[in-house]
Amino acid sequence: MLGPTRMERLARRVLALSGAEQTEVVLLAQDSALTRFAGSRIHQNVAESNIEVRVRVLDGMRAGVASVNDLADGSLRQAARNALSMARLQSKNPGLGPLPAPRTIPHVNCFARATADCTPHQRAGAVATICKLASDRGLIASGALSTATVELTVANSFGVIAYCPSTVAELSTVVMSDDSSGFALATSMDFRDIDAEQVGCEAVDKALRSRNPRPLAPGHYTVILEEYAVAEMVSTLSYLGFSAQGVQEGRSFMAGRLGQSVTGESISIWDDGLDETGLPCPFDFEGTPKTRVDLIKEGIAVAAVHDSQTAHRDGTMSTGHALPAPNSYGPLPANLFMAPGTMSRQQMLSRVNRGIWVTRFHYVNAVHPLRTTLTGMTRDGTFWIEGGELCYGLKNLRFTQGVLDAFATVRAAGSHTRLLPGMPGSVRVPALCIDDFSFTGATEF
Amino acid sequence: MRDITMRALNAAQLRGASYADVRLVRQETQSIVVKNGHIEAVSQNESAGLGVRVIVEGAWGFASSSKVSAPEAARLAGKAVEIARASGLVRSKKVSLGPAVVNVATYRTPIEIDPFTVPLEAKIALLLAADEAMRRIAGIAVAEGSMEFARESKLFASSEGSYVEQELVESGAGIEVTALGDGELQTRSYPNSFGRQQEKGGYECVLRQNLTENGERIAHETLALLGAPQCPSVRTTLILDSSQLALQVHESCGHPVELDRVLGDEASFAGTSFLTLDKLGSYRYGSPQVTIVADATVPGGLGTFGFDDEGVIAQRSTIIQNGILSGYLMSRETASQLGLPSNGAMRADGWNRIPIIRMTNINLSPGEWHFDDLISDTDDGIYMAVNKSWSIDDRRLNFQFGTQLAYEIKNGKLGRLLKNANYSGITPEFWGSCDAVCGPDDWRMWGLPNCGKGQPGQVAHVGHGAAPARFRNVQVGIH
Repeated sequence: MLGPTRMERLARRVLALSGAEQTEVVLLAQDSALTRFAGSRIHQNVAESNIEVRVRVLDGMRAGVASVNDLADGSLRQAARNALSMARLQSKNPGLGPLPAPRTIPHVNCFARATADCTPHQRAGAVATICKLASDRGLIASGALSTATVELTVANSFGVIAYCPSTVAELSTVVMSDDSSGFALATSMDFRDIDAEQVGCEAVDKALRSRNPRPLAPGHYTVILEEYAVAEMVSTLSYLGFSAQGVQEGRSFMAGRLGQSVTGESISIWDDGLDETGLPCPFDFEGTPKTRVDLIKEGIAVAAVHDSQTAHRDGTMSTGHALPAPNSYGPLPANLFMAPGTMSRQQMLSRVNRGIWVTRFHYVNAVHPLRTTLTGMTRDGTFWIEGGELCYGLKNLRFTQGVLDAFATVRAAGSHTRLLPGMPGSVRVPALCIDDFSFTGATEF
Repeated sequence: MRDITMRALNAAQLRGASYADVRLVRQETQSIVVKNGHIEAVSQNESAGLGVRVIVEGAWGFASSSKVSAPEAARLAGKAVEIARASGLVRSKKVSLGPAVVNVATYRTPIEIDPFTVPLEAKIALLLAADEAMRRIAGIAVAEGSMEFARESKLFASSEGSYVEQELVESGAGIEVTALGDGELQTRSYPNSFGRQQEKGGYECVLRQNLTENGERIAHETLALLGAPQCPSVRTTLILDSSQLALQVHESCGHPVELDRVLGDEASFAGTSFLTLDKLGSYRYGSPQVTIVADATVPGGLGTFGFDDEGVIAQRSTIIQNGILSGYLMSRETASQLGLPSNGAMRADGWNRIPIIRMTNINLSPGEWHFDDLISDTDDGIYMAVNKSWSIDDRRLNFQFGTQLAYEIKNGKLGRLLKNANYSGITPEFWGSCDAVCGPDDWRMWGLPNCGKGQPGQVAHVGHGAAPARFRNVQVGIH
């Protein structure tokens, strides 16, 4: 790790090299490792060390961005020059806002030493635990265990200077028999929180219970979506609608509907980069402190997230959701939360007479972005529910379903939430029981 | 650079590696985005580093760093060996790469105009002209245009004696229009989806696209789509244009013939494949009209190169021969499990990723039909063009694709424009229903710059050649 002093010194060195009216420097130093396994053996095992220096300049209502990963003076100077020369070749863009001014950045702990110090042998040990659990039951395990340490520094010529070290560990596995599979995933800031035994047991149990899957005709069914499936829907909904840029351009389902009911009253979704039950980060890629934003509250569309450019266009403040510049998405939530309900998963299950239990979705894509209609497949643990119990495994199904429509027919939400990877960042969601969920196709396994 | 590669290879072998390779890679990209008459983004990025891959006692290890120096190369070799020893704790049989591969060579993408020497002003002016052409049509919500140029300089050296230097150059551009109305959002893009049409080549690839000349047309089409009737839900005859067929080939043939997927190496993430080893040489994947080749040598193909990232020479091999599964995309390790040599499909997304099996250019061979004759020969059906959405299951059987454009076909003629068109099917049934493929005059190479795979994630740039083709009894209009 470079540490705050060296990162700040480097950022100030780059700022000093720029001759632009406004300059922003983003430093992203990363040490990461990933151990991947398949067929119950480690087949890929990698480590990476990198530091990216990204320079954004604003000069006469024109912007340019250049990045390098070489810290030599000449390379840094060239990056600053490239950014400025690209800006000065352009005509003025009167819609371009200034870089943000400094704001107080709250403290939040994002770092766990155990993750940063995790060794290849520790990762192999966790993988061995899962592979043994699988092989003891005649099953095959695959998956990945990753650990990463990231140091982010953002500085600009208005005096913004922000530094945050963070860590993340993630373990996922798919355990397979010859006709079934089960999935489990755990993620945390702290490697010590990752319980390989628990992850392995969850996946093994699913793979065993879903053996001899039966086909089911497509149609409308009551579903219980595990947290993995709900996270996929919430992340995709966020991508489709929670950016102020999408609202401004009319491409978001929120456009023209702020203040209106868009889902059932039980649905509340917000973003909070300071909540330590997520994967927090106190500021965004413009060095602006993250603020909690209620996106959907009790079914009402409340707000979208902003960076400095979308905020400038709307005459408001950035909410601290900028991504690295430039990007075509605009701002995005990176720390999503969905409000839990009051029922355990078992209680939800006991109230379903006939329905489908979905562990997770695969290859989800938008069919109609404004209607939030998505399509995708079920995967790694799909079951028929009858009389309040899981009866047998099902062959996988294709869904084509509006997210907002589904969130309007939620029967119950789980009392437990699970932290999962988002697009980008993280998402913490409960399981949901939803009526009238539309399956439009079926596959052969 | 030879001192750095030697240092890495020597250090790896001294520490116990039975095989080692090192890749030094420098990537430069320039991207320009214009939106609604303004420059949205201009950026220039450089990333350089080296990665060392080793086999120790039959297990893999890899370490990479952005510091390019001989001491760092030696340090990375030691780290890769340590990682490989950890891999050995959870191992089955020892990794075998088959016979040694020794190539000493250089390769450069042939280009006419180096895109990095073309003034930025000229590129911006071209995009703004296309943007103006799109916005000339009243009612457009968003007009966008983009260009992207990439140069990858890479050096591969192995403990077997390979030493391969390559410089690969890509150029791409595209425009897109969005229109909104009555709860509808419709998009048209040109020449393709995914932001741009990317090729291996110089700025001449961009000049050939005639972006400005197509701006008004796609703007008109977008507005027409807003008021068009919905694509009906019906089983019918489907004709796909070459760009949508390119994605169909990508998802339902390119991915399932990746041998790492077939062998289960991607099971936890991207998934496996229905094209299992027992099917090789006998399985009817499609109709006799369907022949698909993997060809890393096609001029201009986005998946064209001189050598893959294991130092194996670029080659052409048949994947589907007249409907029968006849080959896979292979690495040295996976090919050796079949007793075959690699067909050169290992590529890494930069210095900090290991090579994995990736598509090269996976091409549907041209048939004999002319497009106009194909339409004339179809009494009732739907013609769909240019991808809008895609999804397929984790063994690559059940798929659903949406397209930007669709037209009725009635009595051998294209009829009404339809909106929100999509179709669904099961891969071998779908390709089995193919009864006509258009010929060389309608055949075109398309570039897909966004193929994701692997953990940590890697993005590959791959190519697909295709001509329009006809499929019978396909389910369309899934709403």
